[in-house]
Amino acid sequence: MDLISGEKLEKMTSMEKIRLILDKVKKGKIVVLECGLTSDEEVRLIEMTMTEIRVDEFSGIEIESYPSKKEGSFLDKIFGRALKGRMTVIGPANQLRTIEKDKYQISTKVSVGD
Amino acid sequence: MGIISSLKESLGTWINRIFKKKRAKIGLYGPPNAGKTTLANRILHDWCEGESLGEASPIPHETRRAMRREGVVINANGSSIELDIVDTPGMATKVDFKEFMAFGLSEAESKKRAKEATEGVIEAIKWLDDLDGVLLVMDSTEDPYTQVNVVVIGNMEARKLPLLIVANKMDLPNASPARIKAAFPQHAMVSISALEGSNIDNLYQAIAAHFG
Repeated sequence: MDLISGEKLEKMTSMEKIRLILDKVKKGKIVVLECGLTSDEEVRLIEMTMTEIRVDEFSGIEIESYPSKKEGSFLDKIFGRALKGRMTVIGPANQLRTIEKDKYQISTKVSVGD
Repeated sequence: MGIISSLKESLGTWINRIFKKKRAKIGLYGPPNAGKTTLANRILHDWCEGESLGEASPIPHETRRAMRREGVVINANGSSIELDIVDTPGMATKVDFKEFMAFGLSEAESKKRAKEATEGVIEAIKWLDDLDGVLLVMDSTEDPYTQVNVVVIGNMEARKLPLLIVANKMDLPNASPARIKAAFPQHAMVSISALEGSNIDNLYQAIAAHFG
């Protein structure tokens, strides 16, 4: 399992983040992103995942994060403080399975070996 | 030719304004088997003289190409809205051909369906760039906290486009639209049964209010 810091993610472009995640997940790793991805990056990750699915090799990803907060406060807007992304866990679909998820907690089951 | 077509366009816009007819391109989004095609068929049945858009099936990823029906006029709340309805393939983060074999499809059929399903997801994503709003269809009997729902909602919020959540399958005994409302309280939601047509008039009123 790889935990990737928000600091590292901040320095990467969207494409670099997506490539990093997919390369790790295709090798069987679970990736935890401290600050998650933007909604646009998440949708691009799904799109790229679809292009890389191969029968008997890679069936896709399991990705979980919490629902977004709607908007920042009035003060956040005045001072230009952007909302931070939410912690996100991503893994191979055949190894990571979500058991339960709600607003505040994600419970997952990780299978080692297939 | 350019001047004539420009004049026609202006005239059309003015006529629409005078008669309060608005137009919006709306995408039906959601995970596989949420009832998107059943809802699209219900809308067309009600407003387009019994037409249907596609075939619904219990096997996931039955819709693997986006289907569009232009000029669906819905009258509700004393006004009229003209919709271009786009029924998109189910969004997913994984596609495993073995899932289709469990429904009795052959291995070859399942692999073909899986390949087409991945292309369908990409097509659904591409359509997000070309819409005025989204009806996000959720199965009320399922956990609403799926990443597909989170991603579609996040995208619509980022694009500042209108979104209406449709809590489908309210006819089933274990349906819980309240669970969906609790998960995404910041968005309007209408619970319906697209199959039986229950509460569908409330959906049309909400569509007119949201996208009109």
